[in-house]
Amino acid sequence: MSLLARLRASPFWPMLRKEFVQMRRDRLTLALMVGVPAIQLLLFGFAIQTEVRNLPTLVLDESRTSESRALIAALENTDNFKLRPEPARSRAEVERAIVAGRARAAVVIPPTYARDLKRGRGAQAQVLVDASDPLASSGAIGGAQQAGMARAQALLPAAVVRAAPVTVVVRPLFNPTLRSSVYIVPGIVGVLLSVTLIIIMSIAVVRERERGTLEQLIVTPITRTSLMLGKVVPFILVGYVQVTVILLLGRVVFDVPMRGSLLLLYAATLPFIFASLAIGLLVSTLVATQAQAMQLGFLFLLPNILLSGFMFPREAMPPPAQWIGAAIPLTHYLEILRGVLLRDAGLWAVWRQIGILTAFAAGFLVLAVQRFHKTMD
Amino acid sequence: MNGAAIRTTGLRKVFGSRVAVEGLDLAVHRGEVFGLLGPNGSGKTTTIRILTGLLHPTSGSAEVVGIDVVREPERVRTRIGYMSQRFGLYDDLTVLENLRFYGGLYGLRGRPLQARIDELAGELGFGGRIGQMAGTLSGGWKQRLALACATAHRPDLLFLDEPTAGVDPAARQQFWEHIGRLRARGTTILLTTHYMDEAERCERLVFLSAGRLIAEGSPAEITRQFGAPTLEAVFIALQKEVEAA
Repeated sequence: MSLLARLRASPFWPMLRKEFVQMRRDRLTLALMVGVPAIQLLLFGFAIQTEVRNLPTLVLDESRTSESRALIAALENTDNFKLRPEPARSRAEVERAIVAGRARAAVVIPPTYARDLKRGRGAQAQVLVDASDPLASSGAIGGAQQAGMARAQALLPAAVVRAAPVTVVVRPLFNPTLRSSVYIVPGIVGVLLSVTLIIIMSIAVVRERERGTLEQLIVTPITRTSLMLGKVVPFILVGYVQVTVILLLGRVVFDVPMRGSLLLLYAATLPFIFASLAIGLLVSTLVATQAQAMQLGFLFLLPNILLSGFMFPREAMPPPAQWIGAAIPLTHYLEILRGVLLRDAGLWAVWRQIGILTAFAAGFLVLAVQRFHKTMD
Repeated sequence: MNGAAIRTTGLRKVFGSRVAVEGLDLAVHRGEVFGLLGPNGSGKTTTIRILTGLLHPTSGSAEVVGIDVVREPERVRTRIGYMSQRFGLYDDLTVLENLRFYGGLYGLRGRPLQARIDELAGELGFGGRIGQMAGTLSGGWKQRLALACATAHRPDLLFLDEPTAGVDPAARQQFWEHIGRLRARGTTILLTTHYMDEAERCERLVFLSAGRLIAEGSPAEITRQFGAPTLEAVFIALQKEVEAA
């Protein structure tokens, strides 16, 4: 038999065709495969805002002058503070409001504020910030300092404003307004993709075992590789549909930039999808029921979110956490996603990550095929 | 080629501390319908699973269609058909799609595949049901479809594990008609059953109890040997004997 004829007679083809037919019939699962990532993207994208704006803020203006009102306006202009309409009447009230969580910050301007200003003694105002949430408070602290500096500059006589001896000009590249959705949404593509693919892949295999069709398949001459590839390939398409849906939503709803080559991104996505599906196959060889497959699949969710750099910068992690992170395919895919989408990174910048993902995919697939035996022992 | 479709010597299978099959010596001749009888848990299904390469025996050897099934299960698999108790059909595929899938796994493609499906559909009388989802078929039709799928590649040897369990008498009758056709073509058939009228149709039988072979021969030989009027009486007597021991 020629190679071509042998290829044509491979059990891979009927397996592939069967999987496609079953997938088309299972409308609910198909809708879930696409709908769930879309919903999760919207939830994640809107909820995860690491830059904090509109912190509820109480004002205690004991000065009640145009100068104090100008400072309050400057603070409000930073967008970090959302001033409560009714001002506080005493410091005790301010403290109570912060302890009770009704206010996350407070502006206290002492009665001497305007007088000190006029006498050129340097006036002081206080911004109290509830720093129990460091993420929220750092934005407020920055905003307060910014507003203080703005007021100081406005009040200094023009003659005094000279060139400062040292200035450091910070230019935030790629995300000048520092919106977190720009950073988070590409990450969500990877997180959702890996977890949903691992779970649906393992369930697809375990379902055959539960229904008794796997026993029947094992008795046919189909090879392990044909069986596994026939199961994997349709889900590669599902993975690409998911990527496209999430990226489109990211673009339309969150205005995530797409600066680099989409072709490069889609090409680099293949080894990532493959690696995730291979992990799913591996999971299917470790569990007996669909419920177990689901649980084991979700086990991957946490390290994916915590250690991959999706939410927390890996640079800040202790070395062991970084090592575990390096063993997660998502870590490398995130670098590709953010590199290509946000920084217009070309192949020269991401070929290493592509190589690592390809090695992951091959490794997991070999492991899965080896662990999958054509027996029931 | 010698005359044996199946030959096992000293076959033994242990699950943990439970012995499922113990020292089983079987010889099934080519072209015969061979019955594996015994109560639930006597080792019938385990024996079939070893012979189809689904389970590794703990010890002993098994030759199927002249090939060592323990060492070369894949070579055996192109020559055998297997119908499990659970039928192994895809409920969300139609009758036609199930047939196409299983035929395709055995390398059938294009026109030869279609011709074989037409032939099976005709013999088993699928008719208008060809486009029906397998999951919506009645038990009798599921069983016939499973048989068609297991024989799509015209195997030399067919394993049937309780093929007629839970099927009405008319469907069983039609099922046996098809078995008759397969036997006329020279297919060797090994089946397990709890129905003694089906056991009567076998050329030779063995009784298993607790994994051991306790009787062997043609239905007539066995009834004569035990001086019982029917196979059913033999079956019950043997079982009582084992339980008393």
